[in-house]
Amino acid sequence: MITKRIIPCLDMTEGKVVKGIQFVNFRDAGDPVVLAKQYDKQGADELVFLDITATTENRNILLDVVRRTAQNVSIPFSVGGGIRSVEDMKLVLKNGADKVAVNTGAFNNPKLITDCANYFGCQCVVLSLDARQIKKNRWNVFINGGKTDTGVSAVEWAKKAVSLGVGEILLTSIDTDGMKKGFDIELTKIISKNVNVSIIASGGAGKIEDFYEVFKKGRADAALAASLFHFGDLTIKQVKNYLKDKNIPVRI
Amino acid sequence: MIVIIDYGLGNLGSVKNTLDKLGVDSMTSKSIDDIKKSDAIILPGVGSAKQGMKNLKNRKLDNVLIKEVKNGKPFLGICLGMQLLFSTSEEGNVKCLDVVEGKVKMFSSKLKVPQIGWNRVKIKNEELRVKNLFNKIPKNNSFYFVNSYYCQPEDKSIIVGKTEYGVNFCSILIKDNITATQFHPEKSGQVGRQFIKNWIKII
Repeated sequence: MITKRIIPCLDMTEGKVVKGIQFVNFRDAGDPVVLAKQYDKQGADELVFLDITATTENRNILLDVVRRTAQNVSIPFSVGGGIRSVEDMKLVLKNGADKVAVNTGAFNNPKLITDCANYFGCQCVVLSLDARQIKKNRWNVFINGGKTDTGVSAVEWAKKAVSLGVGEILLTSIDTDGMKKGFDIELTKIISKNVNVSIIASGGAGKIEDFYEVFKKGRADAALAASLFHFGDLTIKQVKNYLKDKNIPVRI
Repeated sequence: MIVIIDYGLGNLGSVKNTLDKLGVDSMTSKSIDDIKKSDAIILPGVGSAKQGMKNLKNRKLDNVLIKEVKNGKPFLGICLGMQLLFSTSEEGNVKCLDVVEGKVKMFSSKLKVPQIGWNRVKIKNEELRVKNLFNKIPKNNSFYFVNSYYCQPEDKSIIVGKTEYGVNFCSILIKDNITATQFHPEKSGQVGRQFIKNWIKII
């Protein structure tokens, strides 16, 4: 049986790991390579790197960090931020990433998804979807680091992106991001119900029970957290042991 | 010298990094000469079977690989590198290298496809070579998988281990000099590194 994944996320800007609240007010959390190595040792199932200002600063991703991380970890990692072309994606993969997350670049040019999936296979293409609730049962896609409301429904974009070839969705709720009050269960559930690819739930993990909830009620395949792990509130091992006791399949 | 085949697909770096950490002499190459001179070959790969075969053919690597494998050179196929050994793949309905008889099929659409994550490998075959390959690896351990397709060998006796994802599929096979895994040992942490170390010992 496939296990549920616990994924620490490293949001980066200027080569450092930072963590914000609702996509603003960033706080320094340390060196990405050091953190990545540490998480690999602790039993993380995967890592996610997001260069969160690559798009808004209109520059390319930090390839040097990608390369150094790849040399130092033995688990898969996804990289995202500022990916606009197949060439961008090639460079990230060449430097050691296993998967590439596309967000604004794919929203503005959906063909990017198809091109990347045709070339590298859909398992390589992760849709990073940032959503915010605008009314009951309605979430919109936000792009440009959460700054721009596209007016498009998150469910519709998720479905379209899967039909174009994404193999996985990294779903971040802007509403719950950094609030430490739990994942956005409703959003996770509605996306998970509507598409047939793995969902990585992100945003809001604050206590150990939140992970159980997002797997059990939110139907997530993986749960991502940042500040909780970076600042030592919980270890990956603690989370996994807790889930195992609750009969959620995890890799110990 | 182990040659990791560079055919423009997937993450070659992680296989190379693992071998470097183990202190094993290796290079990534697309040169026919390097492949002929090598002591062993690793065909890694993430990507689509169609693109994979196309890239191998464009670089004229398909025939040399078939020849080296048939000559008995130790060979490790990983993920797409396992699937390309088969006769045909449903992915793009493409004819593959055909050094292992059988086909590559897609997972049922009722499942989340691709399968992504850590899944158990149940060892089915207890011969000595298999025991050595799984030396120091706890029973039923999890390895990292990323695949939409799985291999169905004609000759069931070459199946060494199976994994459950809707179906019980062949996640590792050994046929003479060929070892092939659907999982990614180079991405499976400590356990995966041990697996590659063991493979190098038995070849």
